[in-house]
Amino acid sequence: METPFALWVYLSATPLLWLTLTVAVWVFADWINQLCGRNPLVHPVMISIVMIALLLVVTRTPYRTYFNGAQFVYFLLGPATVAIAVPLYKNWPTVRRKTLPILAALLAGSTMAIVSAVAVAALWDVPRAVLISLAPKSVTAAVAMSISDNLGGMPALTAVLVAITGVFGAVIVTSLMNAMRMRDYAARGFAAGVAAHGLGTARAFAVDPLAGTFAGIAMGLNAVMSSLLVPLFVRLFLPN
Amino acid sequence: MLRALAVLLACQLAGEAITRDLELPLPGPVLGLVFLVAILFVLQRWRLVESATIDETSLGKVSNTLLATLGILFVPAGVGVIQELELIEKYGIALGASLLVSTVLTLVVTVWVFVIVSRLVEPKIERKD
Repeated sequence: METPFALWVYLSATPLLWLTLTVAVWVFADWINQLCGRNPLVHPVMISIVMIALLLVVTRTPYRTYFNGAQFVYFLLGPATVAIAVPLYKNWPTVRRKTLPILAALLAGSTMAIVSAVAVAALWDVPRAVLISLAPKSVTAAVAMSISDNLGGMPALTAVLVAITGVFGAVIVTSLMNAMRMRDYAARGFAAGVAAHGLGTARAFAVDPLAGTFAGIAMGLNAVMSSLLVPLFVRLFLPN
Repeated sequence: MLRALAVLLACQLAGEAITRDLELPLPGPVLGLVFLVAILFVLQRWRLVESATIDETSLGKVSNTLLATLGILFVPAGVGVIQELELIEKYGIALGASLLVSTVLTLVVTVWVFVIVSRLVEPKIERKD
């Protein structure tokens, strides 16, 4: 029989512990969210991040060790992006009818996301690398991190800003759209996907399947659009 | 289920390989998404899939399950916050203000442009409510 400490030393170094923890904490956070009547303010992503982060800080576990286990969950972002093909295919006639609004809203939204994020932060004395890390904050995590990395930003910081943006967008989108008396669910979903990537999309799917589909399309398109716009923006406004 | 997973992974792999090889400014999984849509349309032409029943296929089920659990996929990256506590402490107000203002502005601008252009393109359909 090992001492509890020896067991901890062994387990805390294995991916299994942190993978299990990530899934278990998520189930718990989702249950809390359900208890609160699916209120987006009690967002399961936020609850999970805070709980796991606290645990890592208290046990002095390095993020690398945690990520060794959590990477299996993180990895699924790729296949999940590909999976948007299914609702996209299913709703193709609607999407085709909306080609022009989609392209116009994408260009406007993507530009606004980048320019306003950097412009507001630049009101304070923030270093260039932090501004660059901020620019792709509305893009889905994996893509945002590679954009940030390519331009001299900090990918880890970008990942955090992306997650916060997603939670914030998911929390406010429904009440904001209701306050604007917006009843076009394709438009609402599309905005959620452009501004708040996968978390906006998850929220949109929870509200309305058509909104979810347009959010998924928006997330995919914004990943492409921002991959082109952020480098252009950095060259124009944040030259080295 | 495994067949569906194989399809999703193969599309992603093809997307990653091609974007890397041709140095496209496009994320691999996004190109994978495009491939999968193209494949579905080819299969539809051969009458192997149709949009009305796609949700009942194993690909439909696996994809919808993945999309329904999208939230947890962001947790590992978000926990990375513990690596950046110093930066966040130092620039927290600037970053917080930026994310707040920018997310609201982006939502509002995107939804407006979408609705306005929709009405310009199809004025008859949109005027019901």
